[in-house]
Amino acid sequence: MTARLALISSLAAVVMTGACTSYYEIPIETPIRPKLDVSAFQRVLVAGFISGGTEDVDGNLETTRLLRSQLRTKSEMRVIDTDVLPLMDVASESRATSEDAVPNEAQGTAPGVIKEDADLEPYEHVFADVEYWKRIGEEYQQPLIVTGTVMFAPQARSGIVQRDQEVYDSFGRRRVVPVRTYMERKGFVLKPRFIFIDGRTGTVLHSENFREEILYNANQTSPALSSYFELMDRLIPSFLSTLSSQKIKGTRVLLQ
Amino acid sequence: MRLRSLLFACLLTLSVAPLAADARSDAKKQVEFGIAVSQRGLWREAIYRWERAAQIDPTYAAAHNNLGIAYEHEGELDKARAAYEKALELEPDNTFIKQNYELFKEINDRTTRTDQ
Repeated sequence: MTARLALISSLAAVVMTGACTSYYEIPIETPIRPKLDVSAFQRVLVAGFISGGTEDVDGNLETTRLLRSQLRTKSEMRVIDTDVLPLMDVASESRATSEDAVPNEAQGTAPGVIKEDADLEPYEHVFADVEYWKRIGEEYQQPLIVTGTVMFAPQARSGIVQRDQEVYDSFGRRRVVPVRTYMERKGFVLKPRFIFIDGRTGTVLHSENFREEILYNANQTSPALSSYFELMDRLIPSFLSTLSSQKIKGTRVLLQ
Repeated sequence: MRLRSLLFACLLTLSVAPLAADARSDAKKQVEFGIAVSQRGLWREAIYRWERAAQIDPTYAAAHNNLGIAYEHEGELDKARAAYEKALELEPDNTFIKQNYELFKEINDRTTRTDQ
């Protein structure tokens, strides 16, 4: 009897100790230093992108416009307003003069149409064309140049997904239980690659790949452009943190 | 002889236990003060207090966890990682520490992600 009492009291002590652990939620702001030292540049030129995937969204124009507006409000560099560079044409021309090869013909896709990642490859040499970027740099007073590729494509996926379902027991109490069901979903995938080029030398300083996707129920329709903005919205903070210091807000738990 | 050894061990345990309890109690006071000042935005003072707590009682996971948060807030991400990892080493099943560390890693990975 005494042993049982001792056991119960020691268990109660353990439970009490655990229950008395105090914790406090606290908001924090983590300062993030820029990944790239851009102190040598006063100006930034978002030149344009080689884009593909879907015809519903012009990835080149939309990405250029969005990045310019974000940099205008969230970076200290002056954003150069100019026409978007026709990078696909530039890449095709320079390849034609060097190798006489037309992109995509080998893969059976119509020339100039980018449907998948592999279709980007014939154009990517343009980013390593130091002379071309140096010329662009001279034209715009040696800014930091932002360019790259943007793939925005529809995707469909089916399979088993887990979702929460409300159930009521015989006493009418509500419970939420995970249920695994087969679903057909469709949506979009966004795969941008941002390339930062030194406008003084024409060389690549830094490049970064991202991948974001969004999936909806198959019978739900969502315009491609709104999905594009939703996905870009997720990765814009990472893009900006390459160029300027950012503060990321969050909450942590202090323990006593 | 065996009885004497046993007696010595008991005495040693009894004499060390209050010392450990004192250390934890002192460390806890520092941690509490650190929490109070951090809530007023005085993060450097909080760091000083939690570093003191960790010195007094190096096995106090809360002190290391709180240091991780403070270093994160100050942008000292390497120190934050070390502090969180120490806290997790001491209390691997603490869900609060695990949650803080996961959120920290998300930010830290964002700052280091590059393909060149």
